[in-house]
Amino acid sequence: MLIFRHQDGHKVASPEQIQIWMKQTMDWIGGIAAQNKFVGGNGLPFEDSRVVRPNNIVTNGPFGEIKETLGGYIIVKADSVDEAVEFAKGSPVLQGEGNSVEVRKIAKGDGLH
Amino acid sequence: MKQIELIPHLFRTEYSKITAVLCKLLGFEHIEIAEDIASETFLSALETWTYKGIPENPTAWLYLVAKNKTKNYISRKNIFNGKITSQIKYSSAEKEEIEIDLSDKNIIDSQLQMLFAICHPSISTQAQIGLSLRILCGFGIDEIANAFLTNKETINKRLFRAKETLRFDKVQIEFPGHVEMNNRLETVLTTLYLLFNEGYYSESNDSVMREDLCLEAMRLTYLLIENEQTNQTKVNALFSLMCFHSSRFKARKNDHGDIILYNDQDETLWNYDLISKGVYFLHQASRGTTISKYHLEANIAYWHTIKADTREKWENILQLHNKLLQIDYSPVAALNRTYALAKANGKHEGIREAEKLRMTGNPFYFTLLGVLYTDIDNLKAKENFQMALPLAKTEADRQIIQKYIDSL
Repeated sequence: MLIFRHQDGHKVASPEQIQIWMKQTMDWIGGIAAQNKFVGGNGLPFEDSRVVRPNNIVTNGPFGEIKETLGGYIIVKADSVDEAVEFAKGSPVLQGEGNSVEVRKIAKGDGLH
Repeated sequence: MKQIELIPHLFRTEYSKITAVLCKLLGFEHIEIAEDIASETFLSALETWTYKGIPENPTAWLYLVAKNKTKNYISRKNIFNGKITSQIKYSSAEKEEIEIDLSDKNIIDSQLQMLFAICHPSISTQAQIGLSLRILCGFGIDEIANAFLTNKETINKRLFRAKETLRFDKVQIEFPGHVEMNNRLETVLTTLYLLFNEGYYSESNDSVMREDLCLEAMRLTYLLIENEQTNQTKVNALFSLMCFHSSRFKARKNDHGDIILYNDQDETLWNYDLISKGVYFLHQASRGTTISKYHLEANIAYWHTIKADTREKWENILQLHNKLLQIDYSPVAALNRTYALAKANGKHEGIREAEKLRMTGNPFYFTLLGVLYTDIDNLKAKENFQMALPLAKTEADRQIIQKYIDSL
């Protein structure tokens, strides 16, 4: 699983910039799918997000105290961690300063990592 | 010899109708009887018409003879005394006369239900296509063998086994229930899609036969559109895809039957009537909220009906392939996607992505690399084309690759 971590969810990009990122992301995912290595994925939009804390404290959005937010994830079929890392290196998310892509194995993988 | 020409034509259109209606009446376990009665009807026509001339309404003549033969069969076999009486569905149980309903409505219903029976998951896709061709499209065994590039015996065996399996599984000729309908519709669409492709990409030299295969696939798909229950967006999308593809029928082969590549096609030979039909059904397909692979493929085919080599066109084709590969990977789609990527984002990126695919047993993979390297590194282009050449499976493909090499 490749998890996209964004440094600052507050930054608002221009529609043009978002469109460029969208295309780059679609091309990146399409490239993985063209190798028959794509399983699935989702963007995690920020709107309508909540944070639930102990004692029924609910706050809007994951931002504020938290510096880092999750922007989405994709699941790939990789033969090794190294292959998954190679996929991750191509992610357009990495163009944003401070952003990162976390590579994690999915437990009880039926061949999926 | 007018009747000689007329009979094959009638055979194709009417054989399937008579078989479907009789088979529905008698039950799937008696499909061979239904087929025999239909065949005998045409034999009678051939014998009678040769001497007496073609009747005024040949179709009505055929239906009347088929009805009589069925009635004779039933009384001869004394079927009323037990064996299959319960399976004969007729409007009034007390009626002495059996109702053999060859009205348009019953023909269409019977054919549709037959389509669902044939596309049963218990038999292979190849067998489904074969049975569809035989029972629903009225193709002869030798024609089917020709389309599959095999011999009559193989096809006969395949169809026999498939019918046995359907009989054994007691497959009913009826519409599946609402829940089952969606799953089965998926299989039906796959079969129709492959049936169309069989005609479109067939190696067979018989171009009339190939076009007929495509038209039959379109006719059956259209039956699904006309039926309220099956008129779903993905069915419209598939039909749209078929319209777009078949619009290029006349332009994609020359007089010698050689394939003409898209870029060299004379677009005045494209059928614009079919293209606008494709656009219409693509609109119909976009009413829903779900996107099937047929939606994406129809959209891709739509962009290919615009010949101008614009950035916009290739960007759209690229993004559609990106989506298609996520829901339905295939090597062909992966290669086409990479070509679109090179067109939209440049050849260097295309080459980088192509080399990641590593489909080293696939002639089209090396052909694609050859095309991408052309004018960038002609030596490498040639190397790749030469890798493709021995892998090519057909003479037509070898010719195309050789043309690429010669033009370097």
